[in-house]
Amino acid sequence: MPKVKEAWGSRVGLILAMAGNAVGLGNFLRFPVQAVQNGGGAFIIPYLVSFLLMGLPLLWIEWAQGRYGGARGSHSTPFIFDSLSKKRIWKYVGVFGIFTNIGIVSYYTYIESWTLSYTFKSIAQSFNGLSRHQVSAVFDSYAGVHGAVANHAVAINFPVWAIVAFVITLVINIYILSRGLSGGVELVAKIAMPLLLVFGIFLAIRAVTLGATGVAGCATCNSHLGMEFLWKPNFSSLSDPKVWLAAAGQIFFTLSVGMGTIHCYASYVKKNDDIALNAMSAGWMNEFVEIVLGASIVIPIAVGYMGLDWVKANAGFMMAFKTMPFLFNQWGPWLASLSGVAWFGLLFIAGITSSLAMGSPFMAFMEDEFNMGRKKAALILGAVVFVLAMPTILFFEMGVFSEYDYWTGTVALVVFALGEIILFSWIIGIDEGWKEIKRGADIKIPLIYKPIMKWITPLFIIIIFLSALIKPAGGGVSDWQLAFHQLLSHGSWPFASDSIISQIFHLDQPWIWFRNGVPTVLFFKDMSRLLLTLTFVGLAYLVHIAARKKRRTSKITKS
Amino acid sequence: MSTGTLIFMVVVQVTVTVVTAYFFIRVLRTPPKA
Repeated sequence: MPKVKEAWGSRVGLILAMAGNAVGLGNFLRFPVQAVQNGGGAFIIPYLVSFLLMGLPLLWIEWAQGRYGGARGSHSTPFIFDSLSKKRIWKYVGVFGIFTNIGIVSYYTYIESWTLSYTFKSIAQSFNGLSRHQVSAVFDSYAGVHGAVANHAVAINFPVWAIVAFVITLVINIYILSRGLSGGVELVAKIAMPLLLVFGIFLAIRAVTLGATGVAGCATCNSHLGMEFLWKPNFSSLSDPKVWLAAAGQIFFTLSVGMGTIHCYASYVKKNDDIALNAMSAGWMNEFVEIVLGASIVIPIAVGYMGLDWVKANAGFMMAFKTMPFLFNQWGPWLASLSGVAWFGLLFIAGITSSLAMGSPFMAFMEDEFNMGRKKAALILGAVVFVLAMPTILFFEMGVFSEYDYWTGTVALVVFALGEIILFSWIIGIDEGWKEIKRGADIKIPLIYKPIMKWITPLFIIIIFLSALIKPAGGGVSDWQLAFHQLLSHGSWPFASDSIISQIFHLDQPWIWFRNGVPTVLFFKDMSRLLLTLTFVGLAYLVHIAARKKRRTSKITKS
Repeated sequence: MSTGTLIFMVVVQVTVTVVTAYFFIRVLRTPPKA
């Protein structure tokens, strides 16, 4: 099979696909919840500072590395990095740029399938007349959640319809990817992104104009109070490292940096085409969807009908499925159905434009290094994702899902971003890197970004990583002070349960795999880690084989 | 909603919208490279 020649059909298509890659479920569900939990309106200040000092530099770096590798025939990070440095280790650092995507897309596609199912449930008006508890129970029944973990039993979830929806969603993804870059990914982005804006603007206008809803016995049921709560700047939170870490973390997730997807998409940009303006346009498009639309939908509507206290106590990811259909019900059957389609359709679009991006690096790797055709590469990707996803579905309640999310969707991003910026600013050198970013640029990037990329951004990422590694319980200023005091006086450190060290060694719970012969949640967590580790090792081995093949080919060519 | 919060929200959201539109319009108006 000859090598596949992929290219973007148009510049607008490229930017919409890149924006679609960045715009995901997190824009609508993670950002508003993070803002609510971290100082409301003041959260936006460290968030925007993180965007300017860390987000934008990483975007430019990833676009530049991608275009550089693409000009040399490499479209996945192992060999993009290999083209940037002679040292063999870098192509194995580049494995993160495939591994992270495969790991995330395995559980992300499952969530995506929920949004697809709920879109059809909204069309069928399945939620009409249901109470909040009944709407919540619909999800538990759909995902096969039965609360067995609390009774120390093994919870095997076998939700037939959820699995069918997952397979359909996976097939849709694989089919689009098999159609190639301009005929698949770009075409979807050109249709889906404008539709996402229409859905988002419709829901945001509805939320903002909702005002007081007159729910009996609920004085705070007013969407404007929700907006006040979300936007009122609490400036004292600016001195809290927890808020800064949350803001920087959100920038990581929302821009899809540290994943390898931007590298892959940018590798199909022609070598003299602009990347400086393209990166700015796609990056700011994501910020518009997050700050303007994402902040104006969930929280205002939820406060409008549930009141401020309920939202403060319950704001979280699952609100999208367990609460929103009930809130739409308050608008009468037809508007509820329309709003449900807009909301879940919006989430499906946000999800699929991201999952397509996450499937692309593996596809590019198989096409480049093993001369595979698109369809074959897409089918192999589908099989790998299916195998990795099934544990997250079948053992949803046993912590497998959250384990994937923690290691591939959180820790791996920071590790990879740190690797790529060291390679860019220090191994290649900032002067060469800066030249690469400026080549073909349609805008002038402020010169101040040169020292920012060399010093500030790497420092930012190192602080994020170290803070996540040894985060003390609480995570606030006083908690860090107490932790250092404890270290000096007792020689110990109070790790937070979500710190990386605590997670690795299970410091927050006894290390027991079986209780009365029944496997515990810990057993499933460790098995998830084993599966993810084997996936990484397997990908690294494929990279090793591909590199050996390349060396052999170049020797034959030379002789 | 207090006036201060409203002003803060509007300033941030309008700024983000204008910057996004500015860069996208620049993309649309830039001719392809020869």
